[in-house]
Amino acid sequence: MKTLHSEWIKLRSLRSTWLTLACLFVVGLGITALAANATGDIWAEATAADRQVWDPTGHSLTAYIVAQLIVGVLGILVVTSEFATGLMSTTLTATPRRTRVLAAKVALAAVVALVAGEALMFGAFLIGQPLISRQGVPSAALGDPGVLKAVLAGGLYLAAIGLLAVGLGALLRATAGALATLVGIVFLVPALAGLFPSWLRGIFDFWPTLGGAAALNVVPDPDYPHPWVNLAGMCLAVAGVLVAAFLVFRRRDVV
Amino acid sequence: MSMIDVRGLTKRYGPATVVDDLSFTVEPGQVTGFLGPNGAGKSTTMRMIIGLVAPDRGTVTVGGRRYRELPVPLLEVGALLDAGAVHGGRTAHDHLLALAVSNGLPRTRVGEVLSRTGMESVAAKRAGSFSLGMRQRLGIAAALLGDPRVLIFDEPVNGLDPEGIRWVRDLMRSLAAEGRAVLVSSHLMSEMAQTADHLIVIGRGRLIADTTISELTRTSGAGTVLVRAGDPGGLTRRLTEAGATVHEGLESSLIVAGISAGDIGKLAAFHGIVLSELTPQRASLEDAFMALTRDSVEFQGVAA
Repeated sequence: MKTLHSEWIKLRSLRSTWLTLACLFVVGLGITALAANATGDIWAEATAADRQVWDPTGHSLTAYIVAQLIVGVLGILVVTSEFATGLMSTTLTATPRRTRVLAAKVALAAVVALVAGEALMFGAFLIGQPLISRQGVPSAALGDPGVLKAVLAGGLYLAAIGLLAVGLGALLRATAGALATLVGIVFLVPALAGLFPSWLRGIFDFWPTLGGAAALNVVPDPDYPHPWVNLAGMCLAVAGVLVAAFLVFRRRDVV
Repeated sequence: MSMIDVRGLTKRYGPATVVDDLSFTVEPGQVTGFLGPNGAGKSTTMRMIIGLVAPDRGTVTVGGRRYRELPVPLLEVGALLDAGAVHGGRTAHDHLLALAVSNGLPRTRVGEVLSRTGMESVAAKRAGSFSLGMRQRLGIAAALLGDPRVLIFDEPVNGLDPEGIRWVRDLMRSLAAEGRAVLVSSHLMSEMAQTADHLIVIGRGRLIADTTISELTRTSGAGTVLVRAGDPGGLTRRLTEAGATVHEGLESSLIVAGISAGDIGKLAAFHGIVLSELTPQRASLEDAFMALTRDSVEFQGVAA
């Protein structure tokens, strides 16, 4: 508890924490507004089949794509800023039980990422839907079937990315390396899927960040019929990364 | 009881043995200087004492316990490892507050250590704007937070101006006078000569000397005598016959080894040689240190 309180003081006393969070909301909600305003044209050109699977909820939550990077930066910095400045030596001198230090960082990042992620996703939905409906395009309400679940999934997804970022930060210790790895996991590997030999493509059915993000849709993605299973699988993969991070963090010399 | 007990400590990084079977103790109520050339293994040893680096062999205890087992570490040990070990975006006050809270220390301690280190006026400033000297003070303030019985300072005067150096020196003396154990590393013998009571000298990770300042000067300075004589050639012959070694010094002086000043005087009187100077030489601490560590430094040069 003392360790957690100390980590909270460290997090809140940095201006960069608040700037990153402000950036998350400005960028996230800005993208939502832009995307919602573009729906009029999309709807006008849409075929009957497209209109059949129109998903206003999923459309208003697309800001998660950029938001996950900003949440990732926040999670990474919780660990790597201490390695970069040498502060980790001071922290571990005051609290030599390293598991406790990393656990406090993980818990704090989880809470911050979950609260910020849910707030962003609800904000995006509530800003996006009126803008979509103003274009004369069918919109959704929180009470509609499956909508609340999809919005909540958005916050959970961002929290999981935040934890993945903490794990990568502890494993790689350098901000640039951890961020590059995170970008690779969420953007590059899925984007390069077509280059992989066909026998390897099966893994993309299970690639955590692809299936997990499908839970943000109300109209099911035919590729991922059970997105919550994928989201759970993604959390499992993140937990795996965190276990590795704890093992390494406990053992490695701090120089 | 020894406050820090280092036994058979060994650390390897790949093929290099950085600390090699090192044993020493640090006693309360005195400043123990931890001395060695750059790269001798001082920082690695200090990091092993506080559990940041795991030894390959050997043990370290602080107050009889392993560092990781201390219930409230800051109450036992305060360490200044690296003045840069502060996040530049955080204020001095918040940096200290986070540390105090992590060990359950009262918040009032933050103000107390800020005033003891003369940092009150910059408490609300971000550490990134601090000069090296102010960072050192902040690091020392952090070390003093828990009012610990053991203090560990790694090169605390590096980069300080003369006033800062004097302040650190006086602080270490007063901390020792309060009965605390103070371990302070340096690669400068002259600095230690003015601060330390006891000396641990290491080179290439091995213990070279575990001694007091006065003992070190006495043992390493013994043996040579500076002599000026009316007939240097004659005296040199007589001295050599008597088994001494004679070298020519500056301004027609002689540097004599292997015979005491008293015996030189008797010898000169017996042969009727007039002496104008007869001075036993005390090597400076710096010379003593250089002599002690010469082998290890040379070896490093070859290896590099």
